[in-house]
Amino acid sequence: MSQASGHVVGVNGNMVSVQVDGDVSLNEVGYIVLDDTTTGETKRLKSEVIRIRGDRAEVQVFEMTRGLGVDDKVEFTGELLAVELGPGLLTRVYDGLQNPLPELAEQCGFFLERGVYVNALNRTKKWDFTPAARVGDAVERADTLGTVPEGMFKHRIMVPFNLYDQYAVKSIVDAGEYTVDDEIAVLTDGSGAEISVTMRFNWPVKRPIDCYAERLRPTEPVVTKVRIIDTFFPVALGGTYCIPGPFGAGKTVLQQITSRNAEVDIVIIAACGERAGEVVETLREFPELLDPRTGRTLMERTVIICNTSSMPVAAREASVYTAVTIAEYYRQMGLNVLLLADSTSRWAQAMREMSGRLEEIPGEEAFPAYLESVIASFYERGGLVRLKDGGRGSVTIGGTVSPAGGNFEEPVTQATLKVVGAFHGLSRERSDARRYPAIHPLESWSKYPGTIDPGMVEYARDALHHGNEVGQMMKVVGEEGTSLDDYIWYLKGEFTDSAYLQQNAFDPVDAAVNTERQKYCFGILFDLLTSKLNHGNKDEARNWFAQLRQRFLDLNGAEWQSESFKTLEAEIRDTINDKRAGTEANAMDFVGEIRN
Amino acid sequence: MKKVYSKIESIAGNVITVTAEDVRYGHLARVTSSIGSSLAEVIRLAGDKVSLQVFAGGRGISTGDEVVFLGHAMQVSFTDNLLGRIFDGSGNPRDNGPRLEESLVEIGGPSVNPAMRIIPRNMIRTGIPMIDVFNSLVESQKLPIFSVSGEPYNELLARVAMQAEVDLIILGGMGLKYDDYLYFREMLEEGGAMSRTIFFVHTASNPVVECLLVPDISLAVAERFALKGKKVLVLLTDMTNFSDSMKEIAITMEQVPSNRGYPGDLYSQLAARYEKAVDFEGAGSITILGVTTMPGDDVTHPVPDNTGYITEGQYYLRNGRIEPFGSLSRLKQLVNKDSREDHRALMDGMITLYANYKESLEKKSMGFRMSGWDEKLLKYGEIFERDMMDLSVNIPLEQALDRGWQILAECFDPAETGLRTELINKFWPGGRNEPDEESA
Ligand SMILES: Nc1ncnc2c1ncn2[C@@H]1O[C@H](COP(=O)(O)OP(=O)(O)OP(=O)(O)O)[C@@H](O)[C@H]1O
Ligand SMILES: [Mg+2]
Repeated sequence: MSQASGHVVGVNGNMVSVQVDGDVSLNEVGYIVLDDTTTGETKRLKSEVIRIRGDRAEVQVFEMTRGLGVDDKVEFTGELLAVELGPGLLTRVYDGLQNPLPELAEQCGFFLERGVYVNALNRTKKWDFTPAARVGDAVERADTLGTVPEGMFKHRIMVPFNLYDQYAVKSIVDAGEYTVDDEIAVLTDGSGAEISVTMRFNWPVKRPIDCYAERLRPTEPVVTKVRIIDTFFPVALGGTYCIPGPFGAGKTVLQQITSRNAEVDIVIIAACGERAGEVVETLREFPELLDPRTGRTLMERTVIICNTSSMPVAAREASVYTAVTIAEYYRQMGLNVLLLADSTSRWAQAMREMSGRLEEIPGEEAFPAYLESVIASFYERGGLVRLKDGGRGSVTIGGTVSPAGGNFEEPVTQATLKVVGAFHGLSRERSDARRYPAIHPLESWSKYPGTIDPGMVEYARDALHHGNEVGQMMKVVGEEGTSLDDYIWYLKGEFTDSAYLQQNAFDPVDAAVNTERQKYCFGILFDLLTSKLNHGNKDEARNWFAQLRQRFLDLNGAEWQSESFKTLEAEIRDTINDKRAGTEANAMDFVGEIRN
Repeated sequence: MKKVYSKIESIAGNVITVTAEDVRYGHLARVTSSIGSSLAEVIRLAGDKVSLQVFAGGRGISTGDEVVFLGHAMQVSFTDNLLGRIFDGSGNPRDNGPRLEESLVEIGGPSVNPAMRIIPRNMIRTGIPMIDVFNSLVESQKLPIFSVSGEPYNELLARVAMQAEVDLIILGGMGLKYDDYLYFREMLEEGGAMSRTIFFVHTASNPVVECLLVPDISLAVAERFALKGKKVLVLLTDMTNFSDSMKEIAITMEQVPSNRGYPGDLYSQLAARYEKAVDFEGAGSITILGVTTMPGDDVTHPVPDNTGYITEGQYYLRNGRIEPFGSLSRLKQLVNKDSREDHRALMDGMITLYANYKESLEKKSMGFRMSGWDEKLLKYGEIFERDMMDLSVNIPLEQALDRGWQILAECFDPAETGLRTELINKFWPGGRNEPDEESA
């Protein structure tokens, strides 16, 4: 395809109208050539075609457009907006268009200079290649040609996904050190034409990678080490979930601790239109923090895509696609990948801004009419798959949503809720009361199975419900109008909340609770909930619960199975046994299981 | 020779259109009319039709007035001569000092590479316990005061400015009442801080477009000083006026509004300004303390709402006090871990109890009998408000923490506080008392 060219005929913010000479396609990348009058330099500003009408194309520019003028030249590339895939993506920090930010800083210093682009993959680094395919093998897209070690992973070098034919391996290099640009194999297609293959290829970000055998239903939980999530609202490998919440409710903190503690192979962090400062914490800390499961630094399993709020808005729109494409790529290697996007609302807003400039007919709150379908197809890119070699890989997607006014009845939250498998709704009430994580225990839901016996979890959930009802009633009838039994349910609910649901993200021990410990502590809690308690009056009951809570908080802060843990546990069990007067009527079914 | 265009084709609000060639997006022009001359900025190009936003407003411009394109974007002079000076939103002197034209720098420059940022680490002490203990202000933070009009937000701003240990203060005033402008000037003069202050002031009676320029011009200057190693504190009051100017202009431009008339890019526009807050490794820093008045005391109004999502916490000013709820400094955990070991726990514990107090208060107002626990909370709430929340309290952090423990000990048994035993053993005034079952 010959590449089209054109010239600028209009500028409106980051949308530029181009008179095109030749053929262009939607999502094709073009560069606007800017002769910067102030510096005397020539810059090429990357942009993407977002609408074509006749010989007029509208392009969104991924850079500041100041200084552009009518008649400036535009060079189209004939290629769609794509990411570069190959070994060396892990540990990197990219902008929304996959430019490595530290390398940009080396070139330009403190500020992001427009028109400066750097290769996503290092061209000179040598990788230790071990061939897997042999000459004469029949291969197709995504089949493994060989592997290279990338940190702790065996990175599969695959037949590029954009080769749709059947091929025979004509030649493949011996084991040895190669760069991503070195030819590692030659394939011949049906017609006998030869195709040279290296370790890297491009894939258009807006097209899902679909080189697997089939999609499977997500059933196995992702361990996040957040109690309220793992126990009450679990997320499954290959599942999707969202965290809507008003500002300051704890969306980012929740994602940050998940990115550290989640038991997955790879984490892709998409910082999309949020604060740069928040990314910096991850960026500076991850290289120092060890993942206890692997003994390697967290950075070795992480890719950061960072297009923060003051960076160009068009690149923000692209950034979530860049992130999910990289996630899908690693899924093809049989890995479990977790993609955390903060915040999908900023991405939706980027779409809204462009839609406004295109003067499209606006939908609700001026979001484009296609908002819902775009959100749905984004989350659909998550999933558990069976690969062609029989292995499994998954992409789990968790997105935060920042609803205007904290009101979930808005287009982005609503569109998201329709497609995700779990909903962790954060509440302003809970964050105001510093009940972190502020996931609302009664309104949130999950369709995925967790690690703890569902019957027991259901029982605890009912207890919370009941306790909450009593609490609400008490607001009307007062404590004096509440029976002692009900009051105790209220205290049990409050206890469950503060001793189990709440978790201190900044405490070295409490921040991450493994499954074993969760099961164990939930057992103690369950024991309490199902016990009929023998209290003389409300004040006594309240005091007793306050003491018990104190011990339980101390327990939460004690190292798992340490001496102090055991001492505290014994104290707690004694305290409960001391006041137990049988089993709650509604718990008879379970009693055998836990109290033998 | 610069070409002069003398045919203005349309004038709508503050936006004029001319037919011109070789014009660049975002560049400036000078429009000269019978009532004086004003700068204007190119805000849209469509073929040879050029739309310009006139800083002094469209009023008084006639279709025959002259337009000359200057070939550059908006600039501001950056020298030490700025110190102690007062300018308007276009950078013209408001005091009687000379106009500054040397070493011009562009405003609204590119954003900082996130990879070059560092984790904020220095607390800015203010002597206000509601800030220092509960919502520590951190160097390079961006933080607004959320307030209804009528609250003493400008007083609070001025007090923080005077007490904070910074090298330079830049005040960006938007739609400022003239009296408030004079108040700031007097406060800073009295406190001897004028020589390290620069004012960019747009008052309520100035043209609306100039209001839009204030944050950019203030932050461009702040950025330069920060790069030269200065710790700069930028005060922006009131960002709601800034947003309203943006709304006014979006409506004249016939943009589709997203929410209550505000343009869809309100978030990005506000973020572009607030994100200028930064700590440069090896150089200085910019801290932004803003004011966002909430129309109708409604925090879900688009301006406070978007601001909340951008800034790193906020202070709610209500009834002359900084409220502990909602108010949250996002960065406090970065500094309160190093202040004193009890800082974090005490902060969380006291707020939780204060929230309980509010519940009891509600119950009481509904006429319910108060339990022993409620009575304790009521006592606590009252003391807390008096000895911690009141804005007149002016004590260093450590003293405030000690006072926190005293308040707790005055009101509660240790176990009722929800604080960990080891902290209680260490900090509970007079040592830990055995919990007293009868007292409840
Ligand atoms: N799990 C937690 N434990 C302790 N503190 C928390 C927790 N979650 C949130 N916080 C507190 O709340 C503050 C705000 O949290 P966070 O930045 O995650 O909010 P957010 O929902 O992402 O807000 P925004 O929408 O403005 O980005 C944090 O800085 C921290 O002080
Ligand atoms: Mg956040």
